[in-house]
Amino acid sequence: MTIVRDLAHSRAGDKGATVNVSAIAFDAAGYARLKRELTAARVAAAFAPVADGPVRRYALPGLRALNFVVEGMKGGGVTRTLCQDMHGKSLSSLLLAIPLPGNRPGAAAAP
Amino acid sequence: MSARRRIRIGCGAGFAGDRWEPAVELARKGEVDYLAFECLAERTIARETLAMRRGEHDGANPRLEERLRAVLPACAANGVRVVSNMGAANPLAAGRRAAQIAAEAGADDPRCAVLLGDDVSETIAARGELTLLETGDPLESILPRMAAANAYLGADAVRAALAAGAPIVMTGRVADPSLFLGPMLHELGWSYDDYDRLAQGTLAGHLLECAGQLTGGYFADPGPKDVPGLARLGFPFADIGAGGAVTVGKVAGAGGRIDAQTCTEQLLYEMHDPAAYITPDCVLDATGVRFEQAGPDRVRAAGARAAPRTPAYKVSVGYFDGYAGEGQISYAGPNAVARARLAAEIVAERLRIRGFAYDEWRVDLIGLDSLHGPGPGRPEPYETRLRVAGRCAGRRAAAAIGHEVETLLTNGPQGGAGDSRSVREILAVQSVLLPRELVRPRVETVRA
Repeated sequence: MTIVRDLAHSRAGDKGATVNVSAIAFDAAGYARLKRELTAARVAAAFAPVADGPVRRYALPGLRALNFVVEGMKGGGVTRTLCQDMHGKSLSSLLLAIPLPGNRPGAAAAP
Repeated sequence: MSARRRIRIGCGAGFAGDRWEPAVELARKGEVDYLAFECLAERTIARETLAMRRGEHDGANPRLEERLRAVLPACAANGVRVVSNMGAANPLAAGRRAAQIAAEAGADDPRCAVLLGDDVSETIAARGELTLLETGDPLESILPRMAAANAYLGADAVRAALAAGAPIVMTGRVADPSLFLGPMLHELGWSYDDYDRLAQGTLAGHLLECAGQLTGGYFADPGPKDVPGLARLGFPFADIGAGGAVTVGKVAGAGGRIDAQTCTEQLLYEMHDPAAYITPDCVLDATGVRFEQAGPDRVRAAGARAAPRTPAYKVSVGYFDGYAGEGQISYAGPNAVARARLAAEIVAERLRIRGFAYDEWRVDLIGLDSLHGPGPGRPEPYETRLRVAGRCAGRRAAAAIGHEVETLLTNGPQGGAGDSRSVREILAVQSVLLPRELVRPRVETVRA
């Protein structure tokens, strides 16, 4: 199974109830696949335990990067006062753990 | 003053608690013209304002003294000018201390230009009808609890402070990229309406503002993303040409790495729509940005564009929002998670029995769900640390949470260990937009 971490790296963090999380592909093939498979809906589903959404996706093809803006962080209110990760900085790791539906690059076709 | 063809600006700090050895390294070996220190998170001014009112300190960044004593001798020796928002809630006091430290460090010209005018608490106190950007409520709903209100000043105000001639500029709230764009305007003779150059300068400032986050800090993932010498992580500088060319780099031999990967992560850090990143100086469009390795430890950054600045300043309003109390205790071995959950229920029930109520209540099992919530298919850990936290108006109810976690030691489930507790005052932050003409930046020069 391919997860986002196999194709990309990420940084996250922001204030309050809206967080941004990047997905920066290591190469062009990885970017093409991320663009196809790492949709805003897929990110929203993975983030459902921590965010109500919506999730917006921005593409930066010149940098082979996607930028996700996640709204409605749970326990968010204004300052996410009781969360351990008040700035959502650990959410890059939640994004990197998302499984992708297609095949691993270079691997034999999956059943 | 005749404009220069190129300047080098280093970043000496990316947050209030940052390391200072890398700034000393930049001042000694980096051949920098300027060092900018970004030390002011969103909530910091409100926090320092309250500390100042209680007489705990003078309202400046609490680490100003240590940081400047470490850095200013090398800056004085090499003619490096310093720009910093370490003024926090009291830039004037910070400026006086900086001038004194500069004098003791042997500076020929121990003056400090202090940028004032970001404090708009009186101005907005009369404008309760302004809308809070985060909740949509009127400002007046939080005015009675307001601790501080500060406008994010722009690079034009920093330029005005630099034009006063003192080697050090001390500010309160200034937008992070503007701390860096100010010296570019001042030295390179840029017009404040030359948006092509403002775009490139803002790009450089945004890349630099978190210091080590450009040079391999906050980047390492052993295996796919190794960072050499992370313990000795160096901080970045940018070479800015008069035409707007930007090359970022780090000192040869400093730990870390700087390349297209580290630059792209930092470019998108805290950015929402990359076509509209709003600063007081311009609206940056980063969608055309490209990074190109220009040699060892050097990356060229090009392609930034910008639209004209907006007619308003963003103002951060810090306000008192009650107390947060918490307690933690650990469980390990068979059935650890079930015992931790039982413990959490007991704490909640005992607090109810004692008559305490909470506006917000949170239970985390550290090791299982505290950062990313209850994800599907996650195995139970061997051990877990229970964290219960509540928000309330009074300190007594907040403190009771930690107390009821402590009583679990002899009154709770089997095997609880290592309890801890805390109470903190909550400073929340919301924002309003304030028309530019209502904000009046001004400069005052102080000397040792």
